[in-house]
Amino acid sequence: MDWMVSLQGLVGGVLIGLSAVWLMGTMGRIAGISGIVGNLITQRPKGDSAWRVTFVLGLISGPLLIMALGGGLGNVANTTGAVIGEPAGGVSLMLLAGLLVGLGTGLGSGCTSGHGVCGISRLSTRSIVATVMFLITAIVTVYVVRHVIGGGA
Amino acid sequence: MKMVMGYIAGLLFGLGLAVSGMTDPARVIGFLDISGAWDPTLMFVLGGAVVTSFIGYRLVFKRAGPLFGERFQLPTKQDVDAKLLGGAALFGIGWGLSGYCPGPAIASVGGLTIPLAAMLIAMVVGWFTARTLTR
Repeated sequence: MDWMVSLQGLVGGVLIGLSAVWLMGTMGRIAGISGIVGNLITQRPKGDSAWRVTFVLGLISGPLLIMALGGGLGNVANTTGAVIGEPAGGVSLMLLAGLLVGLGTGLGSGCTSGHGVCGISRLSTRSIVATVMFLITAIVTVYVVRHVIGGGA
Repeated sequence: MKMVMGYIAGLLFGLGLAVSGMTDPARVIGFLDISGAWDPTLMFVLGGAVVTSFIGYRLVFKRAGPLFGERFQLPTKQDVDAKLLGGAALFGIGWGLSGYCPGPAIASVGGLTIPLAAMLIAMVVGWFTARTLTR
């Protein structure tokens, strides 16, 4: 049932949007994960760290709550009842990917949430440009890995 | 109180990622693979999130400030520079390789695997490197 997969995507997206609105309405902050967590770890801002820590705890407990409910609300491809999917590669690929994601979101001041959700909602030119850019390089990367190097599949 | 508000925001975000299937790298890569068996799920996620926050932000910004803070802290930079473009380009490559952006990577800690742990450690190294480069 493909429409159910899409519907879950839409509902999940609305929840993410509500999270962004909640964080702005209560704290006046952008719900950008790389900003919230990256600044917490690299700067430990005084008097501005505790809510970042609880945000991360909440972020981790979301999927755990869905798992505790039996996993029926999970949306992992081809695996009914699963909530968290398997990594796409081994340690060396993930080390490279992690380094690029950290470096890129650090230099580019944001990721899919900060630029893609919050920034586009504010109609920020920088965020729209950044989102188009990372979508293009991600699509090209997947094309090269799957269809040029991987030879189809 | 800020800690409670932060937790609720994180929880909503984590629930959203789990319900939408964004905690599954295969769904993300399936969306990015436009010449394969395309998976449109991420489009619905981004669409639902953007429309919700577009409307919600407009309601929130009618107020003078946030409930538990002095003011709305919005980005002030306006210029599209090489750092923004280069950073976004690098991030996209890492996202495409792994299917993880920072949110799903951290939210998936409940199902931690060795490759995911490696990714998270490397991501932190990347954040420190970016900070050193821009100082």
